[in-house]
Amino acid sequence: MKNTSATSDWILFIAFAAAVLTMPIWLAPFGANYPDLMQKFAIFGVFAIGFNILFGLTGYLSFGHAAFLGVGSYTAVWSFKLLTMNVLPAVVFSIVVAGAFAFLIGFISLRRSGIYFSILTLAFAQMSYNLAYSVLTPITNGETGLQLSLSDARVLDAAVGVSTGRSLPSTSLFGIKMSGLPGFYFCAVALIIGFFIALRITRSPFGTMLRGIKSNQTRMSYTGLNTRPYLIWAFVISGMYAGLAGSLLAVTDPLAGAERMQWTASGEVVLMTILGGAGTLLGPVLGAALIKYFENIFSAFNDVTLNQAFDALPDGLQGFVVELVSLFVGDGWHLTLGLLFMITVIFLPGGIMEGMRRIGGLFTRKKPQPASSTTSAVADPS
Amino acid sequence: MSKKIITNAWSRRDMLKASAATAAITGAPLFFSRHAYGADFLNNPGDSGVVTLGFNVPQSGAYADEGADELRAYKLAVKHLNGEGDGGMMNTMQPSELKGNGILGKKVEYVTGDTQTKSDAARASAKRMIEKDGVVMVTGGSSSGVAIAVQGLCQDAGIIFMSGLTHSNDTTGKDKKANGFRHFFNAYMSGAALGPVLEKNYGNDRRTYHLTADYTWGWTQEESIIASTEAIGWTTVEKVKTPVGAGDFSQYITPVLNSGADTLILNHYGKDMINSLTQAIQFGLKDKQVNGKNFEIVVPLYSRLMAQGAGENVKGIFGSTNWHWSLSDAGSQAFVKSFGQEYGFPPSQAAHTCYVQTLLYADACERAGTFEPCQVVSALEGHKFDGLGNGATEYRAGDHQCFKDVLVVKGKENPSSQFDLLEVVEVTPRAQVEYPVDHPMFAGGDLGSCNNGA
Repeated sequence: MKNTSATSDWILFIAFAAAVLTMPIWLAPFGANYPDLMQKFAIFGVFAIGFNILFGLTGYLSFGHAAFLGVGSYTAVWSFKLLTMNVLPAVVFSIVVAGAFAFLIGFISLRRSGIYFSILTLAFAQMSYNLAYSVLTPITNGETGLQLSLSDARVLDAAVGVSTGRSLPSTSLFGIKMSGLPGFYFCAVALIIGFFIALRITRSPFGTMLRGIKSNQTRMSYTGLNTRPYLIWAFVISGMYAGLAGSLLAVTDPLAGAERMQWTASGEVVLMTILGGAGTLLGPVLGAALIKYFENIFSAFNDVTLNQAFDALPDGLQGFVVELVSLFVGDGWHLTLGLLFMITVIFLPGGIMEGMRRIGGLFTRKKPQPASSTTSAVADPS
Repeated sequence: MSKKIITNAWSRRDMLKASAATAAITGAPLFFSRHAYGADFLNNPGDSGVVTLGFNVPQSGAYADEGADELRAYKLAVKHLNGEGDGGMMNTMQPSELKGNGILGKKVEYVTGDTQTKSDAARASAKRMIEKDGVVMVTGGSSSGVAIAVQGLCQDAGIIFMSGLTHSNDTTGKDKKANGFRHFFNAYMSGAALGPVLEKNYGNDRRTYHLTADYTWGWTQEESIIASTEAIGWTTVEKVKTPVGAGDFSQYITPVLNSGADTLILNHYGKDMINSLTQAIQFGLKDKQVNGKNFEIVVPLYSRLMAQGAGENVKGIFGSTNWHWSLSDAGSQAFVKSFGQEYGFPPSQAAHTCYVQTLLYADACERAGTFEPCQVVSALEGHKFDGLGNGATEYRAGDHQCFKDVLVVKGKENPSSQFDLLEVVEVTPRAQVEYPVDHPMFAGGDLGSCNNGA
């Protein structure tokens, strides 16, 4: 029994890795195979996987995860400014700093559970946002955002004798520029590693303990177990994932702005996780990709593209349809997203993953499947 | 015989080989297609009959009104470039190589994006235009923070950036880039033009209180206005930074009443300026007497859209602007006429600068005979032109900033229509607002060398 599950995990992992690495090919029909969007898919996939370790496994809903994303970005840009344009130190520092920051916030917030915990994390994130926006401006450069400049120290680069001349240097991994497609592959590898670690955590005794907390924390306490260290570790790990995602944002585009920490950004990752399926491994990645796809592709449709799309219709009808559809695309893409989210939550509480399982169930009805899909959607991680 | 452990599981070596192979296979098509044109610059339209421009404007946020007007102007400019409509300022522009058959014989198409007045979103949207839609030029922005962020991106990518409405000194100062060009005026010019007018109207002994939008534009405008007001003997009592898009400014306005200041300078723009000015009037600042003088409000950067939003409140308030639709020169008249025919109301200064930037880019491509960024840069550098609504104008080679006359305006006491809200008090000649490239307020940057992106 244990063996088969290990094998199926490997199959899942390899299929996932293959799907991520072949994105440039299979995303082409969707018009989404350009580097910037694929980078966003991978980066927010990492962010959502990490968030799911906390929310999906322990059931603790953090409304302030964007703070760690922002801290990761700022750390990475400072590493580019002060040390070197090589991305590895930036990534490592970001994970460490975001983890430490998460420990600090988690230590305080995890004294409470449920809605109080959510509000505490939200409050901390808003505080971080306001600090970054208007108080700590020497560190964060406020609204303008932290950017590279020609006069940066870059101590390590200077020591090796790398000179950038009159133009700004770009981020690199030992000479490979981290923009465009190489940047995507770097993020993709980070996503695959992140997915693998999340898989191992979910299958480990530690993961079982976290799921135990989700199903009944009081029961766990009655068995004589102190649940707080487990929660703090889950919080720190998911903060480190957010820090990694933040640093990847800076790796592909060396700029960090305070708006990354805003509550809307925290809410976005909650949406991603729930839309994809909280508690599942693949769900958050799918949710992240879907939301980023909407944000980038739907928001770019304008009247011209719509008129081209509905060219086949008769004139009067074409005008009407274009008028109607334009409400939901362009700057109205949030409306489409909202509708989609409502439909998902009402009809598919387990998110996209539950939808897929139901479709799968249609074809394998013959086999005995005792567990109803609705209850297993949240509990069964895969 | 060597012993071999037979196993179905993948060995580490197999995994590495497989992933390397997958990476190579997936990467290869894109690697080749990137250079498929044999292009000597990024997004070369080659033999294609169309060329695509990217219009990146705020469609949501504090500057959304300006963004909407900018987009109208861009669409109009594309129409005129393709030979549709009445041609607008293409007929008055001098010198001009534009023929009304697109750019270099290629039909002009465009893609749009929403900057959301956020650097992150603006860069994501500009990247989509460059990577997916293959644009040769990105233009737009109604916030200097965004303009600077996108200008940096275009420099790295190797695309021309023609900034829209951006008024911060840094855009062509500390953050100037070889691939970026600005037609709009800047905070220093506003200060230099406003100084003498304020002195004439309000005297030499005033105490000012600054409310400043907390980002690059606000900072440089505050610095510029303080420099020119202190030069006429005014003192600065207090400088307060306010977040962009705050909505409610009452907590910032109440302290003004007790500060001993007799002049409020609002370094705000867009909806922020509408809100802060309206609230300042509601708090009765304009009716107050301080130090034996009438309390006055100054809005250094004015626009008709904002005046429209603030309504009655703008009456008698001084400010500066890049262009106003009531100007009587042939270029302005032609532009107002064709914009009015298309949309039914006069254009704003944001629309004007965006329209002009598109024509200037198209003309530079025609003169260079190519879309190659470096050639376009040399065609624009030091280019002198006229007939685009601002009189004789020059794109200075040293910092890619346009130099031209600046308008000082005042809110009209008796407006004749809902658009006739500002009157031009003075046209400040170019010589009075000019500064050297290495002026302290603009120091610390470097254009760098132009980038073709390939």
